[in-house]
Amino acid sequence: MKKNSKFAAFYMGVIFLLMYIPIAVVIVFSFNESKLPVSFTGFSLKWYRQLFADSDMLEALRNSLVLGVLSCGISAVIGTFGAVGLSRIHWKTKGALEYISILPLMIPEIILGMVLMAFFYMLGLPFGMLTLLIGHTVFCVPYILMEVKARLVGMDPSLEEAARDLGAGAFRAFLDVTLPLIMPAVISGSLLAFAMSMDDVVISIFVNGPRISTLPIKVYTQLKTGVTPEINALCTIMLAVTLLVLLLRSIFARRKNK
Amino acid sequence: MKQFKHLIKPYLVWAFVIIVIPLILIALYAFTEEGNEVLTLAFTWKNFAKFLETTYLSVILKSFKLGIITTVICLVAGYPLAFIISKFSEKVQSLLILLVTIPMWINMLLRTYAWMNLLSDNGIINYLLGIVGISPVSMMYTDFSVIVGLVCNFMPFMIIPIHTSLSKMDKSYIEAAYDLGANKLQTFTRVIWKLSIPGVLNGIMMVFLLSISTFVIPKLLGGGQYMLIGNLIESQFISVGDWNFGSAISLILAVLILIFMSFMKKMDKDE
Repeated sequence: MKKNSKFAAFYMGVIFLLMYIPIAVVIVFSFNESKLPVSFTGFSLKWYRQLFADSDMLEALRNSLVLGVLSCGISAVIGTFGAVGLSRIHWKTKGALEYISILPLMIPEIILGMVLMAFFYMLGLPFGMLTLLIGHTVFCVPYILMEVKARLVGMDPSLEEAARDLGAGAFRAFLDVTLPLIMPAVISGSLLAFAMSMDDVVISIFVNGPRISTLPIKVYTQLKTGVTPEINALCTIMLAVTLLVLLLRSIFARRKNK
Repeated sequence: MKQFKHLIKPYLVWAFVIIVIPLILIALYAFTEEGNEVLTLAFTWKNFAKFLETTYLSVILKSFKLGIITTVICLVAGYPLAFIISKFSEKVQSLLILLVTIPMWINMLLRTYAWMNLLSDNGIINYLLGIVGISPVSMMYTDFSVIVGLVCNFMPFMIIPIHTSLSKMDKSYIEAAYDLGANKLQTFTRVIWKLSIPGVLNGIMMVFLLSISTFVIPKLLGGGQYMLIGNLIESQFISVGDWNFGSAISLILAVLILIFMSFMKKMDKDE
């Protein structure tokens, strides 16, 4: 038995190492002085400096941030409307509607990307920030909608009814009772959506314009031509942003539970 | 609670305009002539017939081959891990599952790039091999490098559903099996494995679907010439410009996925 558990721990260690070592290597070598990604010759921030001196890179960063904030803001509104609406209808088609609402996460990203590309082309929309924004909103909405819907399921409907009985109008009751109760779900869903938007490559490749680029697209095009030390630095920054957003989300979730 | 029912209306408009209509549009593209304006439809099977050419058939076969290999490796390596994790106390379990989940949040590009770093001709693995005195091995731009990328990217999608069904399992079944005189192996094959099948099927479905529809991983780890279904669709839309054929491939992929999913659902029900 003892021998067994030792083997189990060893096995677990190996799998975790395989998952984490490649990422750790990227982070370590982003601080490497030498250009060659094989041996660590000394600590240096020069790749980060080079990265921030690159105006194309800064432009892409700005695009990514604008896109992330706008698409998750718009998605928060649409997703909340959808979740509240879905929870209050009793139509026969409710099941189908719920299915459609998460469809953007169910179909393969590549199909969603090309579908949107063809659609925008047909509408005659110029490919650029607007198409990127709509594209990102399409896959951000379901994250928020699902979180808010889950929250609404766990909510006591008598709370809003009580507010109504006490004389609040329908709008007032919603604003003062329901909205504060679902707000944590809206925020945590939005953070998730923001992280997804910042990381998206596939949808963006299909709907971005010729002159516009987001951070992940920049990384993707550079990777196709080869590995450079700046990419290590860029990937480390993107990793830090993602982890920060997730950390915020878990802190938020903990506070919510208290 | 009937108030705010009308909130559904703006959402419905959004969902239909941006999800349903575009999907219908793709079906239209798939069945129409090249360069067709949506207003003048001319029905054709040509796009599907094109798919039967050997070049394209071999792409779909290769995608399936790699998808199956990836899924099998993920299952064989992931099941034991999920099993080991489920043996720990609940607190440790949630920590370990967090460790499995974190890579899912990390950008797919980064995880793929990380392997390029390790596997490339003058990468770390070859550097280490050189120190031991082994001549460099060319690992990048092969089936091997693509499979490594797919397995490492999608492994968590296998581990998590299996772990969920293992940890949800009623432990009294296992005790009952022991009480009735079953040995460890019998308990596993007759009780634990059987009860974890829903999780296994879920994991297989996720990993397989993700690996046959990806195009970023094969492009980066397999090189520009490496073609899987995803790359074929991408190239039709981005570089070749034959949207009708691209739509037809996507439609075929979507139908294959639906068949596969209903097959898995049926297996799940039969269990």
